[in-house]
Amino acid sequence: MTVIQEVAPREPAGVRREALYFAARNGKLMTGFGIVAVLFLLGLLGPLLVGGAPNEYGPKPMTPPSGEHWFGTTTFGQDVFTQFVHGLRSTFAVGVIGGGIAAVIGMLVGFVAGYRGGIVDEILNMLTNVILVIPTLAVLLIINAYLGIRSVAVQGLFIGLTQWPWAARAIRAQTFSLRTREFVDLARMSGAGTGRIIAREIAPNMSSYLFMTFILLFGGSVLIASSLDFIGLGPTEGVSLGLMLQNANQWSALQLGLWWWFVPPGAAITAIVGALYVANVGLDEVFNPKLRET
Amino acid sequence: MLRLHDVTKEFRVGAFGGKSVAAVKGVSFEVVPGEVVSLIGESGSGKSTIGRMILGLNPVTSGSITFDGLPVRAGKEYYRRVQGIFQDPFSSFNPVFKADRVFSMIKEAYYPSVPEAEWRERIATSLRDVRLNPDQVLGKYPHQLSGGQLQRLLIARALLLDIKLLVADEITSMLDASTRIDVLNLLAELKARGLSVLYITHDLSLGNYLAERTLVLRRGSVVEMGLTERVFGDPLHPYTRELLSAVPRLHTAWDDAAPVETCVYHDRGGSDGLVEAEPGHFVACARLATCS
Repeated sequence: MTVIQEVAPREPAGVRREALYFAARNGKLMTGFGIVAVLFLLGLLGPLLVGGAPNEYGPKPMTPPSGEHWFGTTTFGQDVFTQFVHGLRSTFAVGVIGGGIAAVIGMLVGFVAGYRGGIVDEILNMLTNVILVIPTLAVLLIINAYLGIRSVAVQGLFIGLTQWPWAARAIRAQTFSLRTREFVDLARMSGAGTGRIIAREIAPNMSSYLFMTFILLFGGSVLIASSLDFIGLGPTEGVSLGLMLQNANQWSALQLGLWWWFVPPGAAITAIVGALYVANVGLDEVFNPKLRET
Repeated sequence: MLRLHDVTKEFRVGAFGGKSVAAVKGVSFEVVPGEVVSLIGESGSGKSTIGRMILGLNPVTSGSITFDGLPVRAGKEYYRRVQGIFQDPFSSFNPVFKADRVFSMIKEAYYPSVPEAEWRERIATSLRDVRLNPDQVLGKYPHQLSGGQLQRLLIARALLLDIKLLVADEITSMLDASTRIDVLNLLAELKARGLSVLYITHDLSLGNYLAERTLVLRRGSVVEMGLTERVFGDPLHPYTRELLSAVPRLHTAWDDAAPVETCVYHDRGGSDGLVEAEPGHFVACARLATCS
């Protein structure tokens, strides 16, 4: 038995530093996150800079974009740009709250059911299936109507509480396949407990998958919130991008040629969800060493 | 040292675990210090299940497994003495982390107080023990290393603990012929240093190469157990003979296995169905249809 003498350079970089290094060099990730960050900052800082209430009626209705009204005005003279930045803010809020809650519950249920298996899995799976077959929108309608939800945060909360089942099922399936891999056995033989194995062995293997779950839940929350807004069960104070689209539709903006009313909110929803998808492809390359272009 | 007493494993299958399948039926044996025992059987004979139960990865349904009186459930203390290596080296490493992470996991769990410099020295020593060049394997991802290097990394990992028993479950099945013999020789060296090895395989010649004692498993029970040269030289159980006749030989055309003879031990079975045919050589009743 011979050992080939070969001098390999030692790279002392830690896992986190290395991930950051590849993240910063990844064009898709940077582009995706860049777009989301710009829109997020616009939603965060815009309302402070623009001033004025978003639904305030103005003296000049139906004017196209100009220096005075960047995105033009609505049939009622409302400034579309003011509505847009406020709408971005509540859309991000609903997406983050709804998507975040759903992702946390989905991961918790999915990981535990998938890793523990057996009777724990049977029970959690039954719960998941029960919630999965409940018609979400109808339940949200009833909850909204009875409890009179009028704030973005509570809307996001209820969307999150009803949206997690499919995420739980997807994560459970992935966990099922990963837990039979031998590196999980090896971690157990290194004295690691259940929580540690899930967090340090299984989750890192599906980090881009988990992130995509969050993106889909984020996008789903935004769309469900728009649907609720559409039926008139959205937040009564303020605006959201969905509400803007709904108003534009209701007042025949398309037929009247008021494109500046519905294009910005539609484009923003598309851009947020689309950019997150692009970022996710990039993240896959960062997290999976086999996909790195080195 | 390692003692299995009447170990049984049943897997629950079907919806809500309505049915059960017996994978291991009443297996008892012992491994003494510095001994290599090979566990031979075909697919589904329960050999890997026995290995996994010894490693505490599957719980036993009934019976007991102890190591120097320490039960498998003792967890960390048990794993300090008993470690295992599996068939597929590529699946034994988490693909998103560097391969040497298996060492840091050992450090975190067992030697948190050892200073970093000394730990690096220990890793280097144990890598040299398995004939690996530390510069070549440290800081690499699993997919950048070969199967033989990965299996040796795992042996090096086990050596960092003061293990007494290594459960080697088909560790050479995915290696090419020359690497395979390297790894086997490495096991022989470890044995010379007083380590016991439970070598699980379906390959008779590999089992033969190392082991002092051989256990032949069939459908979850031990059918023959004894010194390797006795089991291979004078197989008593019809199933063992059938297995041996199935080994391909050079310049000999394969013909169908010889018909299984009637079992002569069926009326003499001990409590676990094993009869001591000669000192240290046990054989089970064939329990064949023709035998009853």
